Amino acid sequence: MKLLTCPLNGPRNISEFTYGGEYHPMPDHQKVSAREWAEHVFFHDNAAAVVTEWWCHSASSYWFLAERNTISDEIVRTFAADEIFQQRVEFTQPASGENQ
Amino acid sequence: MPFGLLKYGLNSEYPAQHHFTPATELKKHYDVVIIGAGGHGTGIAYHLAKYHGITNVAVLEKNYLGSGNTARNTAVIRSNYLTEEGVTFYRESVKLWQDLSNEFNYNVMMENRGQLTLAHSDAAIRSFRWRAEVNQHMGVRSELIDRQQIAEMVPNLNMSEDSRFPIMAGLWHADGATARHDAVAWGYAKGACERGVELHQLTEVQDIEVTSGRVTAVKTNRGRVECGCVVQAVAGASSVVAKMAGIPLPIHSYPLQAMVTQPYKPILTPHVSSPHVHVYVHQTSRGEFVIGGGSDPYPLYNTRATLDQRESLTAAALELFPFLAQARMLRQWAGTTDMTPDYSPIMGLSPVENYYLDAGWGTWGFKATPICGKTMAELVATQKVPEIIKPFELERFYRFEQINEAGATAASH
Repeated sequence: MKLLTCPLNGPRNISEFTYGGEYHPMPDHQKVSAREWAEHVFFHDNAAAVVTEWWCHSASSYWFLAERNTISDEIVRTFAADEIFQQRVEFTQPASGENQ
Repeated sequence: MPFGLLKYGLNSEYPAQHHFTPATELKKHYDVVIIGAGGHGTGIAYHLAKYHGITNVAVLEKNYLGSGNTARNTAVIRSNYLTEEGVTFYRESVKLWQDLSNEFNYNVMMENRGQLTLAHSDAAIRSFRWRAEVNQHMGVRSELIDRQQIAEMVPNLNMSEDSRFPIMAGLWHADGATARHDAVAWGYAKGACERGVELHQLTEVQDIEVTSGRVTAVKTNRGRVECGCVVQAVAGASSVVAKMAGIPLPIHSYPLQAMVTQPYKPILTPHVSSPHVHVYVHQTSRGEFVIGGGSDPYPLYNTRATLDQRESLTAAALELFPFLAQARMLRQWAGTTDMTPDYSPIMGLSPVENYYLDAGWGTWGFKATPICGKTMAELVATQKVPEIIKPFELERFYRFEQINEAGATAASH
């Protein structure tokens, strides 16, 4: 069984984890156009390279990030999300009447 | 013909019959460059040459003819999808399959064996009933059948009510079929090359030149080629190739693994699939049992085989067919599936004016081969998107008009 090192739980079988998609910054959904939002939701880099992606340790519901080579399947490193997210992400509030 | 055979039999050298002549020198310019010589790419070339008189065409293949997912899929042909767009498209493809051997005078060993999809829950029965109604409405043969009918149809299927997930009902699709996958690419390539199309193997496209919204040339490991337009038909590398032309795609590429046993006497006629236990099994005309299932749990550009997947495929296959416990495994392999969010392909125009997409073929590409060859060639020749592939354009994701075939696709090819 392939091992994945969880920043919280240490090395575990990869079958204990769920792949959570590519890491890419989320645009402000109140400001972007429908087209830009579609791009964020549906379109992926899907690169054949070392990529950063979300993983979740299913048993403990712990989400973290991993750098993985999508050609060799080698996991370069895993790290806690607070390495990237160091403060609360705030989105602008829609003015009243604009929340269509 | 018997004399030809006799002459061949008496010949001391047994000269090999060449099905097609691979091109040698790359020209400076082609009217159409097709990237990828699988069933789709050669099918498009064939239709361009035969029906549209466009023969200044190069099919560029980084490996050898039919070496990608054309060789790796499990050769299932069916049209029992759920949406109107999906059923119409695959129904037309199944019709073309029926006459394909005659079309290019090359035996693809088409066998109409039917496909049986198993329901192990009430929810599955409800969705099967829905699919059967949609299919019948659109002229596709699908019907819901009960346990007794299933037991009569596939006597060696485990119908025990004590199994982990007892079989409750089935969706019987009489139009389901299988064919020799390699022969499809060979037949199309032969027909295309006879009409003047050039097939360049070991020719990898490494970059695509786009100037003010138009493709002007492709750069390969054998030099630069100018082109009137480009069609990409590279299942398993759609994102990577489209990125060279600056086109982002809504695709994640996952490996899909399958395996095959040693040959045995004919015992299983239809293709049997269970979306619930994630496995499908059919016996080839050579007698081997082909066992396939769902994609790997995470994306990867690698066709390695894993023990995990072998365990889960085997466990599921044995639950349906306990007699397979005695079978010896011959090999296990993987193909790369370009999965789209709605499990439907991406076909037609792209943001680059003369760059056409035949992408996002996930786990449903083989069955669509003939209709892709026909419609994509029509698009290239006439510059008009055929009605039947209009719903599958890339632009649908920007309009939030997906064609959801996830339920009719997952692990039930």
